[in-house]
Amino acid sequence: MATLAQRVRGGERRAAARLMRLLDDGVSAGFDALRELYPDTGRARIVGVTGSPGSGKSTLVDQLVRVWRDRGLTVGVVAIDPTSPFSGGAILGDRIRMRQHEADDGVFVRSLATRGNLGGLSRSTRDVVAVMDAMGMDRIVIETVGVGQDEVDIVGTAHTSLVVLVPGMGDDIQAIKAGILEIADIFVLNKADHEGVDRAEREIRAMIELGGDLDGWKPPIVRTIASSGEGVLNLADAVDDHLRWLDETGRFEDRVRRARVHHVRQALRDRFERRLDRAITEQTGIAGLIDAAASGEQDPYSVADAVLAELSVG
Amino acid sequence: MQEQARIRILVGKPGLDGHDRGAKVVARALRDAGFEIIYTGLHQTAESIVSAAIEEDVDAIGLSILSGAHMTYFPKIRKLLQERGADDIIVFGGGIIPEDDLQALEQEGIARLFTPGTTTEEIIAWVRDNVRPKSAA
Ligand SMILES: Nc1nc2c(ncn2[C@@H]2O[C@H](COP(=O)(O)OP(=O)(O)O)[C@@H](O)[C@H]2O)c(=O)[nH]1
Ligand SMILES: [Mg+2]
Repeated sequence: MATLAQRVRGGERRAAARLMRLLDDGVSAGFDALRELYPDTGRARIVGVTGSPGSGKSTLVDQLVRVWRDRGLTVGVVAIDPTSPFSGGAILGDRIRMRQHEADDGVFVRSLATRGNLGGLSRSTRDVVAVMDAMGMDRIVIETVGVGQDEVDIVGTAHTSLVVLVPGMGDDIQAIKAGILEIADIFVLNKADHEGVDRAEREIRAMIELGGDLDGWKPPIVRTIASSGEGVLNLADAVDDHLRWLDETGRFEDRVRRARVHHVRQALRDRFERRLDRAITEQTGIAGLIDAAASGEQDPYSVADAVLAELSVG
Repeated sequence: MQEQARIRILVGKPGLDGHDRGAKVVARALRDAGFEIIYTGLHQTAESIVSAAIEEDVDAIGLSILSGAHMTYFPKIRKLLQERGADDIIVFGGGIIPEDDLQALEQEGIARLFTPGTTTEEIIAWVRDNVRPKSAA
């Protein structure tokens, strides 16, 4: 019988979907399959899309997918929405905007919940992207909520990052200025049919000028009306320009390296956490140490050091 | 961390009738019970529901059907799931469904149908008892 990895390689959508599930749920069989598939990854170009809720990200992704499909490219979409901190549940509704691609085998859309991970991505995002990459998707888009310090994680994963802004968010821009220039390779000024679009563009431009020359790439501002598709061809061209610039300047390799380092760090964090959870339930010594902190008998720092020492011998 | 596994449920509304208030109420209640809901909205065809369910690797599909078209959509979805080797996905739903049809649909493999008046608590309890995350197998 074919292994899960072989079935994914053979183009079986159901197998790919199941593998993504195993990875999202942290099941070790998933990582075994991904290890087998890893040599097949590294071909896809990865585009991040971030912006406030309601700014039109999903609608924009839907339109970009259409342009890329017209250009003969296959596309994977990873759409991430936050998990409710109260219940641990989530409503993932981005697919609603992407229905024109439902019957198209050249498009694969997967919704993920953040599940308490900070930074706008789920822990599994990079793994799910890797599966889509191994499936042979030419482009992979990651849609993630929010703009600001919080969402820098997308930078560690995407080759090209789009920040979606809308007219009338003047104060927003002030508030997010600090982090935003580090994120945006391209600014998308969506809802260009709304009032205040000229002013918004001036504000974004002023911010870019203040930021100076960021290693030779000046982020363009592309106006779009995602709901009608206006400007989306320009946006797709801007993405191509940026990808080409990355290639020509050798920076593509840098970004790939950076993404791999982020991936290792994420994998390490996950493993450490799983190991810790297991140790707490299985190693009485560690449970005892944590009890000592719980009762106030010992301070949390000494306990943490002691647990770490236990883990490295155990 | 096996408790990372979450139950994933597609909630949608096939057919032509107008609003999705009921489906949204159920979606929110299920989220508040800790499930991950893939909400696909109004006017879904059976084909699009099944494609989405497969891509999202959901454990169950919950459909709200008010238009009286339950005898077409539910069996069609079951049939498509079977054809695509995905009939391990549990199908349940709600709507105004006459007694005779309820039995016929259960014969067709629809796991559970909730009729008007059912509380969201009852639906949640049923999901807890009957749906398991596939990754946990
Ligand atoms: N007027 C206008 N509405 C838009 C535009 N782009 C998206 N929308 C609408 O904005 C709402 C939110 O869009 P959505 O793509 O879900 O935003 P997201 O939360 O950022 O993913 C939807 O009702 C869209 O139809 C646009 O360019 N102009
Ligand atoms: Mg969205």
